[in-house]
Amino acid sequence: MKQITVISGKGGTGKTTIVASLAALAKGRAVIADCDVDAPDLHLILHPDVKERRDFLGMRRAFIDRSLCTDCGECQEHCRFAAIHDRAVDPLACEGCVVCQFVCPAGAVAMMDRLSGYAYISDTRFGPLVHAELFPGEEASGKLVAMVREMARDVSERLNLELVLIDGSPGIGCPVIASLTGADLALIVTEPTLSGVHDLDRILGVAKHFGVLSLVCINKYDLNPDAVERIEELCRDRGVEVVGRLPFDTTVVDAMVAGRAVVEMEGPMGDAIKSLWRSVKMRLQT
Amino acid sequence: MKISVASGKGGTGKTLAATSLAASLGKAQLVDCDVEEPNAYLFFPERELLERSECRVTVPVVDEDKCNRCGICSSLCAYHALAVLPQTVLVFPELCHGCGLCVLACPEKAISEDTRSVGEIFKAQSDGTDLIWGELRLSEARTTPLIRAVKEKARGDLIVIDSPPGTSCSMVEAVRGSDFCLLVTEPTPFGLYDLDIALKVLDKMKIPRGILVNKSGVGDKGVYDYAEKRKIPLLMEIPMSRKIAELYSRGIIFVREMPQWRERFIELQKRIEELAA
Repeated sequence: MKQITVISGKGGTGKTTIVASLAALAKGRAVIADCDVDAPDLHLILHPDVKERRDFLGMRRAFIDRSLCTDCGECQEHCRFAAIHDRAVDPLACEGCVVCQFVCPAGAVAMMDRLSGYAYISDTRFGPLVHAELFPGEEASGKLVAMVREMARDVSERLNLELVLIDGSPGIGCPVIASLTGADLALIVTEPTLSGVHDLDRILGVAKHFGVLSLVCINKYDLNPDAVERIEELCRDRGVEVVGRLPFDTTVVDAMVAGRAVVEMEGPMGDAIKSLWRSVKMRLQT
Repeated sequence: MKISVASGKGGTGKTLAATSLAASLGKAQLVDCDVEEPNAYLFFPERELLERSECRVTVPVVDEDKCNRCGICSSLCAYHALAVLPQTVLVFPELCHGCGLCVLACPEKAISEDTRSVGEIFKAQSDGTDLIWGELRLSEARTTPLIRAVKEKARGDLIVIDSPPGTSCSMVEAVRGSDFCLLVTEPTPFGLYDLDIALKVLDKMKIPRGILVNKSGVGDKGVYDYAEKRKIPLLMEIPMSRKIAELYSRGIIFVREMPQWRERFIELQKRIEELAA
C-alpha cells in the first residue's frame, strides 16, 4: 500500500480540488483521507454516506471543584499557559499538562476527558473516505490527523486497496507533519505568486527533513509567468520534479458549487489533472 | 485597537486584506501570526529590518547522576516528551509543551530546564507601518509559543493581526485578545463551510466579528445568505479581478495601484471601531 499526501504550505492553492479529482481517477483503488481536520472540505465534493463514527478524545482539560478549592493560588501561579483565572480554567487556553492538579494542596483539580471531535468512515462514489470533524477551537489536531491516517490504513488493508490518498492542511506545523510522516510521496500544490514561491520553499524543506519524496504541481500557472519561472528554478535547485501545470479555469468554482470533482466536468483543468495523475502514478511505481 | 484578520479556509485573502488595511491606514502595526508561512512582510519590499530575535522555549534536562530511573516524569508527562529507559532518559524536545511538571514532580530533583530556539521574531519598518512577524523553524510542530511571543512585541495603539488559516490552536492563539475579528471568505461552498467553523470559534471566544467577501462575483450566494441569517455584518466585498490577482502575485498591495480602495479600507477601520465599541 502506498500513501500520497497532498500539501501546499500556502493555503487555498487547490489541494482539495486536486484530491477530489485524483480520487475520481483512482476510483476503486484508493482510500481517501481528509487530514485537513480543522477546515475539512473534501466531503462537500464527495458527499459521504457515513458508515461508522468514532469519538476523538483530545487533550484532557483541568477542572477546578470550587467546593474544595481553598483559593491558595498555587495552580494559577504554576500554570504556564495562563489558563487559570479567578479559580476557573479557560478550556481554550488549557493544554492539559496536569501541573495544576499536581500542585493543588486541596485535591480540588480534576482532569476531565474531553470529546474533541469525531472521525468517520464513509462510502463515496469514488471509494471509502476517512474524514473527521474537530470541534471549533479544539487543539490536538495532529493527534486527530494521526487517528484518521491509522483508520485509513486499516480500511485499505481490510479492502485490499493499494493507495491511500491524503488531503493535508496548509502550513508546515503539527497537523502537516502528522499528515506527512511515513508517506511515500508528497504532492505539493503551489501557485505562481510571491507568497506561493516563498511557502513552497519552506514546505519542501519540511518534506526533505522527514525524508518524503516531493513532487510539485503548479496551479493557475498562467497567472504569472515570472513566478512560474522562479518556482521551476527553485525546484531545479532542490532536485524536485514539477509534474503538473494546471491552468486557471473557472470550471474549478463551477464544479465546487455543483458538488462535483473537476474531472467530472468538461474543461482544460480536468484534462490537466488527468495528465498530472499519469505522472504521479509513474513516479509512485519507480 | 487590535483587529485580527482570520478565516477557516486557506487562501481566501487574509494577507491581502491585512496588508491592504495596514497600508491604507499608514500608521498601524501589522503583526503576522501565520508563523508557519509568514507572507505579509513580503508585500513591503522597502522595509528596513530593525530587530531580529529568537523565540526560545523551555525543555527539560535530566541530570543522569541524580536520576534513579523511577519513571515518575515520563508517567506524568501528558505529551510523552520523556522516556525512561533502564540506562538513560530520553527527552523529545519537539513534543515538550514546556509545562514544567517533570521538574516539579521529580523526587530526586534531577530535572532542570534549558531553552531551545523554535523560531525567530522580526521587526521592521516600512513607510509608517511597523511590521512584526515570526518564522517557525522548519520541522517544528508547535506554533503557539512563537505566536504568543510575536504578539507580545506589538505595543501600538492600532494593531492588525494576520492570522494563520484553520480553526485550531494556532488560529485561536492568533485572534485571542482581539477587539474585533475580520473574517475573510470567498463565496464558494468551501469558503462557507470553513467560515461557519471559524465563526463558532469566535462565538466561543466572544470576539465581535464581521465578514469580508473576497473574489466576489464567482461561486454562489451561500455566504451572503448565511451572513444575513446569522446577522453578521458584511463589511466589504473585493471583486474577483485578474488585475488584483496579478498584483498580489507580484507582491504588490493592490491599494497602492488602485488608490480608490485606500479610502474604503480607512472607512472599513472606522466601521470596525464602531462595531467593536
